Amino acid sequence: MRVPLWKIAHARSGDKADRADIGLFAFDAETYAVLKREVTKERIAKHFSAMGSGPVELWPLDNILALKIVLNAALQGGAARSLRMDNLGKNVAAQLLRMEIEAPEDLPRLRAD
Amino acid sequence: MKTVRVGAGLGFYGDSWRPVRASIERGGVQYIASDHLSELTLAILQKDRQKDPSAGYARDAVPMLTELWPLAAKHGVKFVLNAGGLNPQGAREAIARAFRDKGWKAAIATITGDSVLERIDELRGAGEPLAHMDTGGDISAVRERMLFANAYLGAQPIARALAQGADIVLTGRVADAALTLGPLAHEFGWMWDDWDRMAAGLTLGHLLECSGQGSGGNFGSAGEWAKVPDYAHLGYPIAEVSEDGTALFTKPPGTGGRISFDTIRQQLLYEVHDPHAYFSPDVVLDMGTLKFDDLGGDQVRISGASGAPRPKTLKVVAGYQDGWMGTGMIGFAWPEAYAKCAKSAEIIATLVKERGWAVEETNVEYIGYDSLLGGNADPAYRDQLNECFLRMTVRTKDRRVADGFGRLFPWLGLSGPPYVGSMKGIQPAKELLGIWPTLVSRDLVEKKINVEIEKI
Repeated sequence: MRVPLWKIAHARSGDKADRADIGLFAFDAETYAVLKREVTKERIAKHFSAMGSGPVELWPLDNILALKIVLNAALQGGAARSLRMDNLGKNVAAQLLRMEIEAPEDLPRLRAD
Repeated sequence: MKTVRVGAGLGFYGDSWRPVRASIERGGVQYIASDHLSELTLAILQKDRQKDPSAGYARDAVPMLTELWPLAAKHGVKFVLNAGGLNPQGAREAIARAFRDKGWKAAIATITGDSVLERIDELRGAGEPLAHMDTGGDISAVRERMLFANAYLGAQPIARALAQGADIVLTGRVADAALTLGPLAHEFGWMWDDWDRMAAGLTLGHLLECSGQGSGGNFGSAGEWAKVPDYAHLGYPIAEVSEDGTALFTKPPGTGGRISFDTIRQQLLYEVHDPHAYFSPDVVLDMGTLKFDDLGGDQVRISGASGAPRPKTLKVVAGYQDGWMGTGMIGFAWPEAYAKCAKSAEIIATLVKERGWAVEETNVEYIGYDSLLGGNADPAYRDQLNECFLRMTVRTKDRRVADGFGRLFPWLGLSGPPYVGSMKGIQPAKELLGIWPTLVSRDLVEKKINVEIEKI
């Protein structure tokens, strides 16, 4: 079934020069395996296509059930030259949590619903 | 077994020091590591210094220390803070003046040598290209417009200042986490090439450097954030560290917030690029081997840090003037709140065009709809909004255009679409700054580092 990430994961984002970076975290190991499979660089790039950002980088971290995501050239040159309300990219994580992926309906967080 | 307790101070210039009191009173800390400098704070401090040569440091350090020092002195707590900004001596003088007025005694150290703005030609002459780290661009393009250029120093000068008896260590630009690694290396006598211990100290410093964000603040989630208890009294995090670099991560008893596997790992990855090669002046950390054991009761045991040898270069971040931003805002109530904002944006664009203003880029956002979510705002809500604000910004090289842009908006109140929100003043032109990250050979910077102690 299609599941938005906010139902099964949590995330925080920040900025470094012109990069926005996101940590995406599964609440449990079962969900982490699904995130690793479904949240790909290609899908992330498509999800953020309106931002006009550069290449996406992605690292899985099995020890903390997390994906580290970096959106290059994403902040109009950096927080202090950005024209945006969210010049620091603090809400990029909220944007990511709106992404929908294909996930089994019996994941722990979905069972709890 | 000896342990050292380091507590978080501020996480940015303007943060609250109120929670630090609980860490000193009830948290058993020996050190407060206080981070006053974000990537761009130095630009603000540079403007202060242009107006007044004795300024250029994070001024909040003075009231913070004045308020906390009697308590800190009673508990034997030392402060390590990068509030020196562009003028650590200026910060020391201001603090010394305040302390003398009260008749207090303290040994205050300053660490300088991080600024390379005045040395750019010398460094280039020594064969340092100072090219942009990401784009490879030539620094000549921005050289004349540069406002500041500072290398990130490491923990060694901090440890040195503490070894010389400093109670308060004031630095300029240092790696944020060095504010914690410095005291740990000093207390335990860690070898500077003991990469795993360096990595452990860096990890803890990184977890402490954003104050409340390390103890449940800004816990990015849907629903879960509401379970964080007592935000109003959120306690800042504390690391209780053992000689081997392992630590218990916690917060003062009786405070709000949450220390857990979930809140800690969010902070671990915050503003990190490659998590397997997190660069600092002292070590390159691999976060992939860290182990977090959530013991419950706001306690997480941290172990397993692994490090690789420190880089031969230091990172320098420079800021340069990069044009002006003009901002205008206007809000509307139902009906057709969004449509009226969109119409206003269209009208303003026409006025700009007819005036022949040189505008390089225009940004249109709808507060209440997409100003934070961008392209991921759900269009299903767009035409159903109770109210909506238009925020429009332009980029221009001409300051007068940026100033004039905001003045176009009030006229809409009587001559534009109906049910307008009250106008809350006109926003003046804002100077925009570009960031120039680059690398420099560390020996060229480190030979200029100076540690100075003044006993008052």
